[in-house]
Amino acid sequence: MGGQSLFEKVWNDHVVVPETEDTPAVFYIDLHIIHEVTTPQAFNMLRDTGMKVRRPDLVLATMDHSTPTVPITNLEESLDAVSDPEPANQIRAMVKNCDEFGIKLHGFGDAHRGIVHVIGPEIGATQPGKTIVCGDSHSSTHGAFGAMGFGIGATMVGHVMATQCLLLRKPKSMAVNITGKLKLGVSAKDIILALIGKIGVDGGTGHVIEYRGETIHDLNMEERMTICNMSIEAGARAGMIAPDTTTIEYLRGREEAPQGAAWDTAVERWLTLPSDPDATFDKEVNLDVSELEPQVTYGTNPGMVVPISKPVPNPGDNMSFKKSINYMQVEADKPMLGTKVDVVFVGSCTNSRMTDLRNTAKILKGRKVADNVRMMIVPGSEAVKQKAEAEGLHEIFTAAGADWREAGCSMCLGMNSDKLGKGQLCVSTSNRNFEGRQGPGGRTVLASPQTAAASAIAGVIADPRDLI
Amino acid sequence: MEKITQLTSKTIILAIDDVDTDQIVPARFLTTIQREGIGESLFIDWRFDKDGNEIASFPLNAPEAKDRKILVAGRNFGCGSSREHAPWAIYDFGIRAVISSEIADIFRNNSLNNGLVPVVVDTETHQWLLNNPEVEITVDVEACEVRLPDGKAIPFQIEPFARHCILEGVDQMGFLLQNLENIKAFEKNRSWQP
Ligand code: SF4
Repeated sequence: MGGQSLFEKVWNDHVVVPETEDTPAVFYIDLHIIHEVTTPQAFNMLRDTGMKVRRPDLVLATMDHSTPTVPITNLEESLDAVSDPEPANQIRAMVKNCDEFGIKLHGFGDAHRGIVHVIGPEIGATQPGKTIVCGDSHSSTHGAFGAMGFGIGATMVGHVMATQCLLLRKPKSMAVNITGKLKLGVSAKDIILALIGKIGVDGGTGHVIEYRGETIHDLNMEERMTICNMSIEAGARAGMIAPDTTTIEYLRGREEAPQGAAWDTAVERWLTLPSDPDATFDKEVNLDVSELEPQVTYGTNPGMVVPISKPVPNPGDNMSFKKSINYMQVEADKPMLGTKVDVVFVGSCTNSRMTDLRNTAKILKGRKVADNVRMMIVPGSEAVKQKAEAEGLHEIFTAAGADWREAGCSMCLGMNSDKLGKGQLCVSTSNRNFEGRQGPGGRTVLASPQTAAASAIAGVIADPRDLI
Repeated sequence: MEKITQLTSKTIILAIDDVDTDQIVPARFLTTIQREGIGESLFIDWRFDKDGNEIASFPLNAPEAKDRKILVAGRNFGCGSSREHAPWAIYDFGIRAVISSEIADIFRNNSLNNGLVPVVVDTETHQWLLNNPEVEITVDVEACEVRLPDGKAIPFQIEPFARHCILEGVDQMGFLLQNLENIKAFEKNRSWQP
């Protein structure tokens, strides 16, 4: 037998009952992250069938998707003042469900309330070798730690609640080798956008990706999370990066990370996880990023992406393509540079951590957001917010004329009060440029925090390299 | 879940690639804490114009669509978010099978858990189905094949256990619960604890 890959090691370590021709594997889940949107139906199912949450100690609960991004001090009064009734109802149901099923909730006022994929790593609950699921497709984010994180639907949320297991067939594996040193003004977000552009939004379907190579090795944990986060945008089941000293140093001392002697044992185990030198993959892709430019999307899926100075491709007679650029009101054969911008959003589980906020601040510092632009900067968690404020970043943001908000998913998905208006164009650091994703009729251009900040200042899509 | 062994119906054709679950059910309809009624938001921004009038040319708005059980969709159907509201809404409309040349992973799993049969066929068959509206076809879950009007049988793959659950009309939870003792033993014997 040949060597094993990181993914295979984690997979094998969690098989409770192996798969057979007739039945999938019974597969163990170490951490279940839950939020208010994809759990109510699962809690109802448990209630209707008289079941309990089997391992409440392995559940991490918060509220992020439908929460407002203005301060909430009192669920009874101040929530109603700033939220529509349905999301408010959902938020209250979450509080009630967690209480009833004995789950600790990181709710309003908790330092670790925030976006599901931001708080798991931040408190050290996300660790190498764990299996992590959430009723949210960007669970692939946790793969940055050498965990296997993947999104599931509400029925499977119920399965994990009731049994701590899922029925799964082993996915295929794919190696993505990334080499070359990034140029100034080019970031992890540009790498992952370029990769999706190269392999397509279905390039990873059925596969777990392992990102490898010197470029990945040089990234910090927050940048690695940005990469793994968007694995799902390439259709992949999960995206993983081998744990190394960067991973270990990030986790050291975090409250849910092992402590004392348990820490040493854990580190020893984590360092056995990287793929063996002779591990094989079902598919392999190489990407050299040494000449990479900042990337921007022009269409309505993340694979429709171009280097910022290059023209939007010509659709020919491809109907889906034509429909998409019609919706976006962009012209083929012309670059996106110079396109008028209405809103700039820095936030989401892709780009709302300290690295992202610092990169944004570097460009905004001493400059002003253009008059025609509304810029929102939304930290990924309460803790990120506090840290950014301790560094004085919020002062740079507000002095530039940007709006500095409370933590949450905010304008990433248009289900809370932060929404794009019809026809508005938003340069967004989030992960999905689907039609209407940020509000009905809204148009989204995905980009890095640097490109978003440069565009906010210019009032049109702009190249951050000109401002560095 | 209702049992399905085979479905015979004319098709609804949605010839758009990479249809994401935000189009199937936009996020603003995910604020419900129930399952009921989600069907009303199915493809809502494609079905209605900004004044709330039905867009006649949208395939699901055709009067005959209501009676059809099979949706033929463009490549990579159901990509994006993990919201199970997407298959719930499609099911509520009356559709019981989605055929494409490629179906996104999470959507496929969510569909199987809700009695909506995801059918992936070869690109040639897919193209033929997209080009031929108004034909009656059969999706046979038991035989794992799609039968075209000329009698040609096109095989498709479906995870055997999910197929069993659809044929019997049972959910997968039962099997997991039968394994509780194995799960407890696994927890006790593993070399580290999460
Ligand atoms: S920030 Fe956006 S993508 Fe991330 S969890 Fe929230 S809604 Fe999902």
